[in-house]
Amino acid sequence: MEALLAMLVGLITAAAFYLMLSGMLVRFVFGFTLMGNAVNLLIFTAGRLTHSDPPLIEPGQTGLAGPVANALPQALILTAIVIGFAMVTFLLILLYRTHHQTGTLDADQDAFLTEISLSEKGKVS
Amino acid sequence: MSRIFLTTETVPDCCRAGRISSLFPLSVFVLLCFAWPGIVNGHVYQAQSAWIPSLGLNLGFRLDGLSFLFCLIITLAGFFVTLFSASYMAGKPNLFSYFFYLHAFMVAMLGIVTADHLLLLFVFWEATTVLSYLLIGFDHENTTARENARQAILVTGAGGLFLLFGILLLKTMGAPMALSQWTQMGMDIREHFLYPFIFLCILVGAMTKSAQVPFHFWLPNAMSAPTPISAFLHAATMVKAGIYLLMRFHPLLGGTSLWMGTLVVVGGITALWGAIQALAPCDLKRVLAYTTLMALGILTLFLGGQTVASLTAAATFLLVHALYKAALFLATGSIDHQCRTRDLRNLGGLFSAMPLTMLAVAAATLSMAGFPLFFGFIGKEIMYEGALSEEMFPGFATLATLFANSLMTAVAGIILLTPFFGTRPPSLGQVHEVPWTMRLGPAVMGGIGVVFGLFPEWVSANLIQPAVFAFHPSREEIRLVFFHGFNLPLLLSMITLTLGSVIYIFRISLRHRIQDVIDRLWITTPRIYQKSLDAFVAGGTWFVRRTQTGMLHTYFAVIMVTVLLIAGWAWIPHMGAALIVPDMAQISIASGICLFILAATGVVLMAKKRLVAIGGLGAVGAGVALIFLMFGAPDIALTQLLVETLTVIIFSLVLLRLPLLRTVRKRSRSRNLFDAGLSICAGILVTSFLMGLLQVPLDRNLTTFFEHYSYVAAHGRNIVNVILVDFRSLDTLGEISVVVLAAWAGVVLIRRQEKE
Repeated sequence: MEALLAMLVGLITAAAFYLMLSGMLVRFVFGFTLMGNAVNLLIFTAGRLTHSDPPLIEPGQTGLAGPVANALPQALILTAIVIGFAMVTFLLILLYRTHHQTGTLDADQDAFLTEISLSEKGKVS
Repeated sequence: MSRIFLTTETVPDCCRAGRISSLFPLSVFVLLCFAWPGIVNGHVYQAQSAWIPSLGLNLGFRLDGLSFLFCLIITLAGFFVTLFSASYMAGKPNLFSYFFYLHAFMVAMLGIVTADHLLLLFVFWEATTVLSYLLIGFDHENTTARENARQAILVTGAGGLFLLFGILLLKTMGAPMALSQWTQMGMDIREHFLYPFIFLCILVGAMTKSAQVPFHFWLPNAMSAPTPISAFLHAATMVKAGIYLLMRFHPLLGGTSLWMGTLVVVGGITALWGAIQALAPCDLKRVLAYTTLMALGILTLFLGGQTVASLTAAATFLLVHALYKAALFLATGSIDHQCRTRDLRNLGGLFSAMPLTMLAVAAATLSMAGFPLFFGFIGKEIMYEGALSEEMFPGFATLATLFANSLMTAVAGIILLTPFFGTRPPSLGQVHEVPWTMRLGPAVMGGIGVVFGLFPEWVSANLIQPAVFAFHPSREEIRLVFFHGFNLPLLLSMITLTLGSVIYIFRISLRHRIQDVIDRLWITTPRIYQKSLDAFVAGGTWFVRRTQTGMLHTYFAVIMVTVLLIAGWAWIPHMGAALIVPDMAQISIASGICLFILAATGVVLMAKKRLVAIGGLGAVGAGVALIFLMFGAPDIALTQLLVETLTVIIFSLVLLRLPLLRTVRKRSRSRNLFDAGLSICAGILVTSFLMGLLQVPLDRNLTTFFEHYSYVAAHGRNIVNVILVDFRSLDTLGEISVVVLAAWAGVVLIRRQEKE
């Protein structure tokens, strides 16, 4: 099962990179979101998928009765999901602003490049 | 006499800080005097403290005869320069920085001449480079001053790198880094095959600092510094650092024909070229700057020698020059300050207005010209003796010294006679004598020149001999005497004075001729410097234009290719073993979910419409949540679903205000193929990494710890939650901060747009 997930992670990563390379800022954010999912899955898989019981201690007991799923990667992923969400939201707002400022979301277009460099120059002087 | 004092300016009140801070160099000078008897007896004072012991670097300082001579000159000149500046700079802005740089510069210079460890010496060396930059460019609102300061730092800074390289080469040869341990090393090093390279590196370091041809051009340009600074830089510090370096390395690297020949030729050319050019300018300060070049050339020339006479000549002339040059520069500052010009054509007849300054200038210039009874005369005698005793090119050395000295005599005449005698141009108006703070320095420095001229034996026994013994193994007694008898040096001295007078008489026509020749030179080092600087800037611009395109795709592709190459380099040999073929026998629900996620990813990849893409993204997220749920992680599955829902909502909100996906220009086919190839490589790398990782046994130590203490220590039954809010609660705080920060920044961005 882990091997299957490993292949899935690789495929999503490839798709994410392809989208991020496209030079279209909207697709860049799509790729970024996909990448977040891929990384979460990677951490999850690396923590092994041997047990399907959640890491919970039964009421009335002070320790685990039997083997459970690895709690550590779960804690890491939980944090990662929230931070990834904050990042994507911020990226989207940046996208919105960029479009307002430059009139385009095509990072390869001259209009985009000149607008960015002009606003940078404005800051310097 | 009373009339003179009546017309004297009073010391301005606003410069108390300068006057008080002049006590610092004075007190160092007084402290040094306590060490004097010991130095004369050949004692070497040392102080050590650990700095970076692991690298063998110590803060080691030592004071021997040579360091002592330099320290005396530096602190004495430092004192008078500070005192002079107190009045000269009164009312100028940034006085605090001025005095700070000045004293810092003095300390750095003292550091150079007392450092025991070569790398420590280098640190101080670089400190003087940086501080001289700040001092030369002190008038930083003036473009020329800034450019000249930059020129100085580029030239001397480059030389500093050569010096460092030379020191490191020495280190690789196993030479001790501490000067005090240089005994018996010389022979091995001089015969080593690396010797020419070391010599070259050290020489270039000294040549740039001490402004030897062809690196001399920065020095006259450094005249844009305030005049007291020029006095300090030229007479006592900065440019003497290179001379000090050559003296220090003399016992280690000197004595070879390479050393002797190069130094004599370089020094001779610098002396002649400096002396000739000194006749050309009308700016009094520039005239002095070129005489400094001449002096530095002469010093280098004598350091090429191996005999006691030649090295004594170097040490004596060092002192002679420091005394008269400091006096003359400060006096020039006085003239400039009172007359508001230092152009020789506009000066004259100041004799009656500034008699005390005139006396100081007279003492200094007569010493510079080498008139009998003055210290300069003693210096000149020993110079000819030294030049005649050179082992390489004694004829050239003698002739160069003779001509340079004659030219110096003429220049001394110009400096003394033009401003102070003749008729005063009406443009000058009423001129007053300067306050005592500005008179003291020139008077004392000029006066010492006279006193030393009368008691040369005392000077040689107490100053010159300890200095020469510090860098020469011979112990024959060094005696400077008042009158050497009728011999060749005396004859040469007489020729010098005669030739000097002749040159003085033809000074005006010579000035035009020399200026003419300089203007017609088809290639000059300043021009080469300017051209190479321009080429460097143009090359940099070209490179940046080519590499920093501003294209997202380029940057991203470069990063990816780099990562793939570096990671792949190490990983590819192990990749084959890592790959596992998934066991297809276990077709389970999970495999179905995987296929679902894959399909959804494909939808995002292919989507032509915004909503389709958003839907695809949501589906991927949901699929991942299902996987979490299946393998014992209900908490993160829940979070994932929640976040995925929110993400879809926000995506829809934003994307619907943005242009359609297909409004974008199509990319070329080759670029798409390139992107696809790159992405697939990255995917394969990630997959194989993960597969490799899965074959390594899992370390469950941490997990076991959390499982064990979750309830016992933190009283929580949900282990994941306990980790988040208890064991690693600070991480969670950081996570929340990220969310808050993102939200805050987002709100600000949107609000500002609405305002616009």
